[in-house]
Amino acid sequence: MPHIQLNNDAPGIRSLVIYRPDTGKPLYELAQALLRAGSPDSTLLDAERELIAAFVSNQNCTDFCRNSHAAASRYLFGEQASVVDQTLQNPETAPISAKLRALLTIAERVTADARTVTNDVVTAARAEGATDGDIHDTVLIAASFSMYNRYVDGLATVTPDDPDAYVAMGERMGTIGYVLPKSN
Amino acid sequence: MAAPILTYIMPHIPLPDHLPGITGLLEYRLDTAMPIRELTQILLRGESTLTQGERELIAALVSSRNCTNFCNAAHTKAADLLLGEDQTAAAVKADIETAPISEKMKALLQIAAQTQKSGRAVTSEAVDRAHTAGATDREIHDTVLIAALFCLYNKYVDGMATVTPTDPAYYDTLGDRIVNRGYNRPPGGYPAPQK
Repeated sequence: MPHIQLNNDAPGIRSLVIYRPDTGKPLYELAQALLRAGSPDSTLLDAERELIAAFVSNQNCTDFCRNSHAAASRYLFGEQASVVDQTLQNPETAPISAKLRALLTIAERVTADARTVTNDVVTAARAEGATDGDIHDTVLIAASFSMYNRYVDGLATVTPDDPDAYVAMGERMGTIGYVLPKSN
Repeated sequence: MAAPILTYIMPHIPLPDHLPGITGLLEYRLDTAMPIRELTQILLRGESTLTQGERELIAALVSSRNCTNFCNAAHTKAADLLLGEDQTAAAVKADIETAPISEKMKALLQIAAQTQKSGRAVTSEAVDRAHTAGATDREIHDTVLIAALFCLYNKYVDGMATVTPTDPAYYDTLGDRIVNRGYNRPPGGYPAPQK
């Protein structure tokens, strides 16, 4: 049960942005800008951006965000969808590019303690072809999901157990993107 | 007078020299900066039953717990200016329970401190304490979201290794700007000073 009366039955972040739409609007706009657009020189695909979001949410143990962004990433990867679960299980052995693996190391450090993002891990990402925009966007996606995860868990929002619920969410996120839900 | 010791710490990506801390990052990518600024303006300066000073205390506490010196100094200064004294913010950061604040603010700041650790660390007991002390659902909601937002800021500022000015006068100016102009981007941005 959520810690406060949200007066709607929506799950996760949706229940919160219906509760307070004026803060919900910039929260959804930020997600849309981060996950469906990039810095001008960024090479990251939308599917990879969603995978970073799912990876950070997994590290923070926020099941709702992990499951929904993993579903969006699977939808966007299409035939390569299995890479999502392989990455969440073990990024070292997952069949992803060395560049994405290096960026996930940066994301992991931002999530744990951002002061541990050293020149060494940034240099390693550049050596694999990461651009300034890739590094910036990875740090900001990880920082932003450290916010979303805390918001969703900190107010104890509802997390659906049914895996099918997330398949539908992933398809919606992968097609129409982040659009503020109408209050019910 | 001895020359100040300069330690050259470079951000991980090129940012304007005259915009340390968060400011250079918010100019780097305007499409992500705009919603971050708007969210901050609504939460810290919008209509609320918490005073602006109380909301800046939440920002300062979270930044202090994350050891993000830039945000800690800036929001402590903002809280000091809004509260009209510099004792309360320092006391809150040292020990919430003995700080000269209401029981309701103690309970809300404990929720903020739990949120800083992890969203899953926020307990029903902490929320019950806040409700018992008279906190509304909206105040609890806003406390969690402000604390979560400052985890974003702190991780963004530290994760990009932005420059943290060491001269206290810098934060006097920044605190004054935050208090008197708020969090919206000024028209025309932040032009580099003429050489």
